[in-house]
Amino acid sequence: MTTVARDPVTADPVPPPEKPAAGPSRHRYRAAVGFAFGAALLFAVAPLLLSDFRLSLLAKYLCVAMVAVGIGLAWGRGGMLALGQGVFFGLGGYAMAMHLKLADAGPGAMPDFMLLYGQLDELPLWWRPFASPWFALPATVLLPMAVAFVLGSLVFRRRVRGAYFAILSQALAAAMVILLIGQQGTTGGTNGLTDIQGFFGYDLDDPVNQRMVYFIIAGTLLALLALARHLMQSRYGELLVAVRDGEERVRFLGYDPATVKLVAYVVAAGMAGLAGALFVPAVGIISPALIGIVPSIEFVIGVAVGGRATLLGPVLGAVAVAWARTALSERFPGTWTYLQGLLFVVVVAFLPGGLASLIGLARRRDDGERPGLLRRLRRRAAEVSP
Amino acid sequence: MTEQLHGLYVRDLRVSFDGFTAVDGVSLDVAPGDIRFLIGPNGAGKTTLVDAVTGLVRATGSVRFGDRELLGRPVHRISRLGVGRTFQTSTVFEELSVLQNLDIAAGARRSWATLLRRRHGVPDEVAEALEVIGLAGRADQLAGTLAHGQKQWLEIGMLLVQDARLLLLDEPVAGMSHEERDATGALLEKVSRDRTVVVIEHDMDFLRRFARTVTVLHAGKVLSEGTVAQVQADPRVQEVYLGHPVDAAATPLEA
Repeated sequence: MTTVARDPVTADPVPPPEKPAAGPSRHRYRAAVGFAFGAALLFAVAPLLLSDFRLSLLAKYLCVAMVAVGIGLAWGRGGMLALGQGVFFGLGGYAMAMHLKLADAGPGAMPDFMLLYGQLDELPLWWRPFASPWFALPATVLLPMAVAFVLGSLVFRRRVRGAYFAILSQALAAAMVILLIGQQGTTGGTNGLTDIQGFFGYDLDDPVNQRMVYFIIAGTLLALLALARHLMQSRYGELLVAVRDGEERVRFLGYDPATVKLVAYVVAAGMAGLAGALFVPAVGIISPALIGIVPSIEFVIGVAVGGRATLLGPVLGAVAVAWARTALSERFPGTWTYLQGLLFVVVVAFLPGGLASLIGLARRRDDGERPGLLRRLRRRAAEVSP
Repeated sequence: MTEQLHGLYVRDLRVSFDGFTAVDGVSLDVAPGDIRFLIGPNGAGKTTLVDAVTGLVRATGSVRFGDRELLGRPVHRISRLGVGRTFQTSTVFEELSVLQNLDIAAGARRSWATLLRRRHGVPDEVAEALEVIGLAGRADQLAGTLAHGQKQWLEIGMLLVQDARLLLLDEPVAGMSHEERDATGALLEKVSRDRTVVVIEHDMDFLRRFARTVTVLHAGKVLSEGTVAQVQADPRVQEVYLGHPVDAAATPLEA
């Protein structure tokens, strides 16, 4: 046992901070209110106000938001700029689409595109397990997690980080697209897996069933948010931030930072996989263009705009950016790309904390865990002035 | 418990970077519970020595803490053997509170089941460390908003909760006021009751007051070793620090 006297060695001349941190009960109360509010918005307000078409668009955005929740964890809290989440989104999406295509075709039959391209006599071996929902559904999440685990184990132990990690993850997205396009006979190539009709026996053309898909997506998003919130507020979440801000220091405290990062990366991959899986019934297609480099970057832009280190920032940012993209490209086709680029530059340059730091969605501020924007600006001003 | 008190035994330690030998065959023993100061001119190899002990740089020779060989182990394993260090620049986690900093430092042996749960209350060893380093009133404050001296104490507090048995402190009082230095010295004396402490320091006044033993490094080698008085009286040390031996009857020196 350590035998240390209880008297402080140093007199502390400054009084303790005026605002004590919110207790766990207040935390929980606020979170419960927040989740109830979110649920009401997603389950009652949106379905009442939006047309079927708009609601199905929202379902699509919410899938992007699920990816964003994972990126918020890996990048915002863990410092890993995951620029290749399209890979995991795609793995989940293809796993689901393969199952749905096989289900559409009926027992023992081959998906339409395989017959169309005509080179196959029978279903390829690696397609077969996906005929079973008991394999395909878990695979939508576990497959991306397994790939992330292998990749992360190789990369984090070798201390690849920062821009190198971002480039590497992006290269993976490019490689996956090339692979998919190259194997047209079994993957549908550039077209992807299209024209998906049914979802476990429900006809996806029926608006009622589309609503059901929307509700599943909304519920899943809320569940992922709850998971992310729990992780962020656990001791692991604190450790993850410590690794982000001082990986070497954490090592000297006796932790292996590679393991800490790996967990967040694998969880983020699982979330992206689930998002991809639910994207398929919502939109009816998965293709290389939806999972390559460009969509991978777009996932990240939403997170950056919303505020990467917060819980809700990535979700709101992802939905806002996806919505703005649709709205603006409906009206001014061709300008969206430039606007998106501009948005990214402005946010990164002037608002690194994202919109969350502006409108006070960052609740952390109130808890005294992080200085408010004003205080930070003041501090920055003090640094700049002589 | 006194049986946990271990000494540090360095034998023929060598560290080279691209042909430059930063630590050139250093051997030294730090007795259990000692407060050993490492001094020497810039480039003498003090920090590199600590880097080698903590696994940050590759080295040859032998470094034992108690009966455990440290060389060849990765950084986080050495840390788990009870070796903790601080750096010249403060490296607390600025975006986390003082309490969170200490809680993380205390947790390297925690299971995943514990890690994945939320922290409730303040662990005993963290509360104790908060008192010892005098930051009990600031537990919920962000570490980034602490004054310089307080950050250094937080670093030492992190070593305490980490249960480091060997503390390697790199210039802990640099940039501190007189009062802060006194407080830091008192802190070192207190923690050395059941720990072995090695301090790299340039501040001679601080050294005279708090060092129990001193090792002088010069050009990667041990130049002199002993009590403060012995080292101060060593003409070779005077030569290195003052450029000439104070006593005219100097011993010949290597360049």
